[in-house]
Amino acid sequence: MLGAARRQLGSGPMLGQVLRRLRPATAAAAEAARGYSAAAREMTVREALNTALDEEMSADPSVFLMGEEVGEYQGAYKITKGLLDKYGPDRVLDTPITEAGFTGIAVGAAYQGLRPVVEFMTFNFSMQAIDHIINSAAKSNYMSAGQISVPIVFRGPNGAAAGVGAQHSQCYAAWYAHVPGLKVLAPYSAEDARGLLKSAIRDPDPVVFLENELLYGESFPISAEVLDSSFSLPIGKAKIEREGKDVTITAYSKMVGYALQAAEILSKEGISAEVINLRSIRPLDRAAINASVRKTNRLVTLEEGFPQHGIGSEICMSVVEESFEYLDAPVERIAGADVPMPYAANLERMAVPQVDDIVRAAKRACYRAAPMAATA
Amino acid sequence: MAAAALLRRIPAARAPATALMAARTISDSTAPLTIETSVPFTSHIVDPPSRDVTTTPAELLTFFRDMSLMRRMEIAADSLYKAKLIRGFCHLYDGQEAVAVGMEAAITRSDSIITAYRDHCIYLARGGDLVSAFAELMGRQAGCSRGKGGSMHFYKKDANFYGGHGIVGAQVPLGCGLAFAQKYRKEESATFALYGDGAANQGQLFEALNISALWKLPAILVCENNHYGMGTAEWRAAKSPAYYKRGDYVPGLKVDGMDVLAVKQACKFAKEHAVANGPIVLEMDTYRYHGHSMSDPGSTYRTRDEISGVRQERDPIERVRKLILAHDLATPAELKDMEKEIRKEVDDAIAKAKESPMPDTSELFTNVFVKGFGVDSFGADRKELRATLP
Repeated sequence: MLGAARRQLGSGPMLGQVLRRLRPATAAAAEAARGYSAAAREMTVREALNTALDEEMSADPSVFLMGEEVGEYQGAYKITKGLLDKYGPDRVLDTPITEAGFTGIAVGAAYQGLRPVVEFMTFNFSMQAIDHIINSAAKSNYMSAGQISVPIVFRGPNGAAAGVGAQHSQCYAAWYAHVPGLKVLAPYSAEDARGLLKSAIRDPDPVVFLENELLYGESFPISAEVLDSSFSLPIGKAKIEREGKDVTITAYSKMVGYALQAAEILSKEGISAEVINLRSIRPLDRAAINASVRKTNRLVTLEEGFPQHGIGSEICMSVVEESFEYLDAPVERIAGADVPMPYAANLERMAVPQVDDIVRAAKRACYRAAPMAATA
Repeated sequence: MAAAALLRRIPAARAPATALMAARTISDSTAPLTIETSVPFTSHIVDPPSRDVTTTPAELLTFFRDMSLMRRMEIAADSLYKAKLIRGFCHLYDGQEAVAVGMEAAITRSDSIITAYRDHCIYLARGGDLVSAFAELMGRQAGCSRGKGGSMHFYKKDANFYGGHGIVGAQVPLGCGLAFAQKYRKEESATFALYGDGAANQGQLFEALNISALWKLPAILVCENNHYGMGTAEWRAAKSPAYYKRGDYVPGLKVDGMDVLAVKQACKFAKEHAVANGPIVLEMDTYRYHGHSMSDPGSTYRTRDEISGVRQERDPIERVRKLILAHDLATPAELKDMEKEIRKEVDDAIAKAKESPMPDTSELFTNVFVKGFGVDSFGADRKELRATLP
């Protein structure tokens, strides 16, 4: 019966919900359900982002949106739908396809105290504007000894979509999280999307807000508290998405869903995985990560982006520095393949972490692995 | 003909009772004086302003004083750099003073200015003081960026001076963004975004100009054409060195950037235009006596004759001195005394700046964020040095 449910529902959170309802009401089930207790309704990530933008624009007249197709087209991914009608063309601005120019203009407006929310159609295009993000935005408060602060948000889809090829699939979390002066957030659920985007817009510093195209349409249960217009989530704090005691899995964005699926599979085999939804890449919640590893003694880092110099590298180093004696096994790392994203569906599947990869790595960390495949 | 034009004036109003004190010649009169610019303005798709510029004796003397102070500051910075008290990059503005001073005379502190790295004199023009300028150059606490920025990162936000930028061309879209904010808030003010002939070829400039024209932003793009982008002469870098025309559908004006009155007239004209109609380009024909920076002697790509020729024929301070003397607004001796005072002022400021200590080591970790949430930051050896960001 569980197998049938698993086949019918493809995506992570839906599966988790269904399995929770079917599981006997044990203490573990009650714990897992606590994250979504008092669910008022369901909301897609898209709707979460749209309502967050709407509420923040309503609350503060200095907030405005800028980007390609954000206005009349209603947003390339419909995130800004309805906002042009509501707030007018002075506050929802369609730009020409000139990232360097419009990003520089947005940063200049932020120097003057306005609060721009710049949309990159995907973060791949942010590379055209990266000098403004880093040199004009991230470093200004420091170079000016606090005179010039930059309350700007750069948001848009990040990472792989489906079949969009090498130039449209890169994850920029590691690039932006490298830079002091930037805050880098990566929501997973609708609650994350609402709470983190609101905090980002209210924050006085430049924030890079990494969404995921494939998550936009996913629905999550959402409580009344989250629906309130004053709701926000703290920057720099991770969430324990699922508690466990045998191995810690860190993840962000879409990979959180995959980690939760892997955790379900592992629990059948007697391995209790703790899934940490990072939410904030910079500042990184080192305290939460280390506290978890000190409890479980094993760590698997999970990310979609290229492996070399990635997020997992930093997390591993943090744990080695602060919790070395607690590790019972080497830290395992699952990441995207070290190749530009291919187009063919079978190759693309190999280029992005799958649930099997996460399960295998967790078992290795628990010394329960099958013999390793021979290298090519 | 030109001489006659120069001598055209309205007699300064002097109260008879003070006739006994008439031994004092330095004029502080604010009676209007009309002076013709050195050359007429050349324009692109707009009617140029008149060559006749209204000024006053007091203003001319202020011009002389302000430009002389800037000149002295830059020359002193040269010495400090050679004495290794200033490190890294140091880009000097001597020769270009008329642009900074003329612009400031045409606008108010509600208008914004942004420039690149040759920013010391703009900082002074916007009300910055010598001590904080020298202290910043020497990396001291009393610096305008508390020693954390350096030569290329002077700012004065309370005077709407937004820096101070090291990436060539980046300041132009930023400046258009400042103009965007002014329009968003319905202020009747404009932004002057300064850039050089080297930066004029940057793509982002055209991107920002396109958006500024579409959205009618009060942005004035001011090309300080000193004819050399580092060591590359304009004819080697630009297929079309008519920078005032490069806005294409955006009007432009070419200005003698060594004539402070022409600069003032052009900036006044540009501000009115920008607030009413959107962006406009100003090309200031100017010259820098120093090389691109202190690492560049400035004589490998230009002849010494060219440099001394400009100094003799077009120096902005000498032009104003001649005007002052021709109109009998001060005696040569009085001007010399003023220059001596300025030298002393600069020397005193340097001495004061030298007394300022280097920043406290805790400043390594300040201002990374406005709001750090108590997150950790690290030194080179994080087990040795870490800090909490407030």
